[in-house]
Amino acid sequence: MKAAPFDYLEAGSADEAVCLLGEAGSDAAVLAGGQTLMPLLALRMTSPTVLIDINPADDMAGITHTGHGLRIGARTRQADALHDPFVARHLPILGEALGHVGHYQTRARGTVGGSIALGEPAAEQPAVAVALGASIELRSTRGTRQVPAREFYLAPYATARAEDEVVIAIHFPAWPAASRAVFQEVARRRGDFALVGLVMLLDVQDTRVERAGIAWFGMGPTPVAATTAEQALTGATIADIDPRELAQLALAQVEPPEDLHASAHYRRTVAARIFERRFRTLTEKVAA
Amino acid sequence: MSLHFVEFELNGCQIDGMVEARRTLLDFLRCDVGCTGPHAGCEHGVCGACTVLVEGQAVRSCLMLAVQANGKTVETVEGLSGGPKELHPIQQLFREEFALQCGFCTPGFLMTLVALDRSEPRPNAAEMREALSGHLCRCTGYQGVLRVIDRLTEDRK
Repeated sequence: MKAAPFDYLEAGSADEAVCLLGEAGSDAAVLAGGQTLMPLLALRMTSPTVLIDINPADDMAGITHTGHGLRIGARTRQADALHDPFVARHLPILGEALGHVGHYQTRARGTVGGSIALGEPAAEQPAVAVALGASIELRSTRGTRQVPAREFYLAPYATARAEDEVVIAIHFPAWPAASRAVFQEVARRRGDFALVGLVMLLDVQDTRVERAGIAWFGMGPTPVAATTAEQALTGATIADIDPRELAQLALAQVEPPEDLHASAHYRRTVAARIFERRFRTLTEKVAA
Repeated sequence: MSLHFVEFELNGCQIDGMVEARRTLLDFLRCDVGCTGPHAGCEHGVCGACTVLVEGQAVRSCLMLAVQANGKTVETVEGLSGGPKELHPIQQLFREEFALQCGFCTPGFLMTLVALDRSEPRPNAAEMREALSGHLCRCTGYQGVLRVIDRLTEDRK
C-alpha cells in the first residue's frame, strides 16, 4: 500500500511542465490533483519513475470566457469550477456534473484537466465534454493542438494524448442560454462512478430542435456520443418526436459493459427509462 | 528516488524534515512528526479518516505527497482546541450527541465539519450531509453525526 520510489519534479508553469515531460520520456507521469494517480501509485497499479507535479503551475488554473465559450485551465480545481460564476452562467450542466464528481474532500484537490486526461469511462466530466462538443488543448515541445473530445477518448484510460503532451485546457463551446439540459447518473452510492449516466443538451427555438448534444457514460469503453439520436433530433419538431423511439435510437450505438455492479441488460433498461423520462420533462412545456 | 526538504506550518508550529518523494502527507505526519490524529484507514482515498486541512481546505492526506505541503498551512485534529483538556465547539457537540462509537473515523469527520463551518457562504444542512458522504464509519454511527449537523445549522438560524 505504499508507492514505489520515484523522482519528483515541480513544474511552475505550463511551459515548464511541457519541457519536463518532453525530457523525462515515457516513464513519467503528470501529477495534477492526484485523486486518481495517488491511489494507483499506492496500489502499485502504476509505477512511473518520474512524477511531474503541475500543482505549482498557476497559469494552468482558471476559467476564462472567450468569444466562443469557456476555456477551463487543466489544473482548475473541481471545487473552484463548481463554484465559478462563469460556469454557473454559461455551463450550468458542468456545474451540475461536478457535484457528482467524487466527494467534497477530493474535489478540493481534483482537477478538471486530470479527469479529462484520465479517460475513466464512467466519469462525469469527459461525458459533458463529449456531449457539448468541447475540445482538448494539448501541448508538447512539438507544438500545440486541439483535439475534439469526440475523438479524444479511444478506450478505457486511453486517449489521443501523446506521451509527451500535457493537457493544458478544455474549451467548452457556448450553447444558447436557453438550452435545455439534462444530467443524470445512477450510482450505488454518492460519489461513486456511474452505473448509467446521461448528458443531454437541446437547443430548442420555438418548437424546433436546432441542435442536440447527447452522451452516455458508464455505458461503454469511453463516453459515447449518441450521434444517431442527435441527427434525428436536429431540425425536428418536438411534437413529432416519440421519446421511447428516440431512447432506443440513442442506445443503438452503445454496448453497455457487464460487471459485478450491473448487468448489461440492467444498464440498457435503466438508460432507456431515464432517457425517456427526462426527455419528456425537458420538452413538456414546448409541446404544450 | 529523490529526497526533498519540506517545511510547513502544522497547527501553528513550523516543522520541517527530509522526505522521500513518495512519502504521503499522512505518513509524514504520523510517522515522522508523530502527529497521529489523522488516521490511516484505507490509504487510497476512500474512507476519509485521514482528512486534514491544507490551506483551510479539507483534503485527504493519503492522496497528497508530503513534499506538496511545502510552504503550506496544515491543520489536524490536534490543533482544533486550545489544549488537551479543552474541546472545540464541534468536538463538544460530538460528545453531547454521542457522535462516535469506536472513534477511528472521528478526526476525519471533525476536520470536514470544521472546514464547512468556517466556509463562506456557510453551507446548509443538506450540503453538510452531502460533504460527509466522503467519510466512512465502519460502526455505522452516522445518526449522531447527523444530529451534530442539525445542532450546527440550528445555531445559525
